[in-house]
Amino acid sequence: MSDGVLDPAMPEARRSRWLTFVRRNPTLVAGCVILGFMAIIALIAPWISGDPLLMQPIERLKPPSDRFLFGTDNLGRDVFARTAYGARVSLLVGLVVAVLSVGIGLVIGLLSGYFRRVDAIVSRMLDGLMAIPAILLAIALVSLTKGGVSIVILAITIPEIPRVVRLVRGVVLTTREEPFVEAAIATGTRVPLLLIRHILPSTLPPLIVQASYICASAILIEASLSFLGAGIPPEIPTWGNMIAGSRLFLGRAPWTIFCPGLALALVVLAVNLVGDGLRDRLDPKLQKKMR
Amino acid sequence: MKSYVIQRLFSTLIVMAMVGVFVFLLLHLSPGDPAAIIAGDNATSEQIDGIRQKLGLDDPLPVQFLRWVSHVVQGDLGISIFSNEPVLKLVGQRLEPTISLALTTLLVAVVIAVTFGVIAAWKAGTLIDRLLMVISVVGFSVPVFVVGYILIYVFAIWLRWLPVQGYTPIAEGLWPWMRNLILPATALGLAYVALIARITRATMLEVLEEDYIRTAVAKGVSNRTMLLKHALRNAGVPIVTIIGIGVALLISGVVITETVFNIPGVGRLVVDAIAKRDYPIIQGVILIFSGVYVIINLIVDLTYMLLDPRIRYK
Repeated sequence: MSDGVLDPAMPEARRSRWLTFVRRNPTLVAGCVILGFMAIIALIAPWISGDPLLMQPIERLKPPSDRFLFGTDNLGRDVFARTAYGARVSLLVGLVVAVLSVGIGLVIGLLSGYFRRVDAIVSRMLDGLMAIPAILLAIALVSLTKGGVSIVILAITIPEIPRVVRLVRGVVLTTREEPFVEAAIATGTRVPLLLIRHILPSTLPPLIVQASYICASAILIEASLSFLGAGIPPEIPTWGNMIAGSRLFLGRAPWTIFCPGLALALVVLAVNLVGDGLRDRLDPKLQKKMR
Repeated sequence: MKSYVIQRLFSTLIVMAMVGVFVFLLLHLSPGDPAAIIAGDNATSEQIDGIRQKLGLDDPLPVQFLRWVSHVVQGDLGISIFSNEPVLKLVGQRLEPTISLALTTLLVAVVIAVTFGVIAAWKAGTLIDRLLMVISVVGFSVPVFVVGYILIYVFAIWLRWLPVQGYTPIAEGLWPWMRNLILPATALGLAYVALIARITRATMLEVLEEDYIRTAVAKGVSNRTMLLKHALRNAGVPIVTIIGIGVALLISGVVITETVFNIPGVGRLVVDAIAKRDYPIIQGVILIFSGVYVIINLIVDLTYMLLDPRIRYK
């Protein structure tokens, strides 16, 4: 990306606009660059790496070299290929959990923020749900089923929903007192339209920020669950599974743990940076303070 | 003030009741026959029937729920399917390592995080501030188990300063006990430090803008007194809130940390139970950890009254 910015062929005005954007939003840009890089690796994994499942006992626990960029694990599998394929699972889980929990939480939050009676029941239920540590709830849900990617996604989504509902509910409670909402009610706007056209837009900026934090936490929880043996089945290469499988070889082959571990940390860091960057941009109160 | 305490106690009870309903329903909302799933893929139909009988899964749901609640209230969390021991007893045997780890982490993390946050806010915009905040973003992003393995590799395998893993009971001496806790507590505390330091910095920044801080500085109060007595105390409520909320992070982290460092605590008990599908243990530990979380947050809410007298009169 920095090459593009410094490209002399670029018109002067456009280039300076780019530079200003980068200078004003360093975290957002840094996060997007790292995340974009990881997404590309995940997408083109089949073309740039070997078979992540192929076992070559002769090549077991080989350190990183030209042939095996990240070395091999205790079964002689290519750690680079497994790390690249692992990015697919992590990014997929992060994205799907963020979309699902924001979608479901938005609907529940709008309804419970607007209808007092729904609110009384929903709030109590969510308080209870929030009191259960997310990883333990997910462990219980996964250990009661046969496992698989969709179950893991569901098990991570459920504990995230209350956070979204609380956020949306709070915004709805303040927005519904605004004059423009009263005006809309006075002119006879019906409730569904009122919620969608007049109240929903003010929930979006904080929701977008929240969605990125949920994405980061979902990636972390998926890796943790797989690491604990309560996540994605071990035959699918994920970063958590790779670390769990190489646990006993930390002293002899640290690359089998640190390569997926650093990839995981990098992706979570990037998503958190995007979240921080979006928050700084979208929160007008903060923006004033920054200047 | 009294009514506030009573109100908080009441809402805590409701939350605990909801937790109970969720934990109970977990087993019954999952698709398929819970007894068959718990018994595993190779179970015979007699084994499945045995488990069904043991857990009382044949009765109607409300009956099962009432029976379960009345047992739980009496401190009976069920019997482990695998070892046939009461869950409460199994948890009790594992309590010391978990409490040691959690309390050490909590204590060290809060002290470090608040110090970092106060310094970062005081020196806002300087290199120290930037550095501390970068550490906190990174600390929040690196998973507990990755930090754990890095620490083990550097301090135990490479430098050989500390043991790789395991736990020594405190009865065998303070230093052996601490030696085994240093690495796990550091790994577990990192994310917690990051979380608390960020909130401390943000709140302190707001408080330092207040008129009374300027007055304190103007009348010649030392920096130390100004920061600790005038500013930090007024920044107390959000900091204590995040310490309470962060306990959830700590509890999830304990489960992972105990696995990384092979500490025979409650977290290890759950992880071993996953592989054996020993559902009563999973259920019981979730209930206990959730209860701990709810009670800590009750205590947090009640300490607000000490920190902020305004809340007493609301």
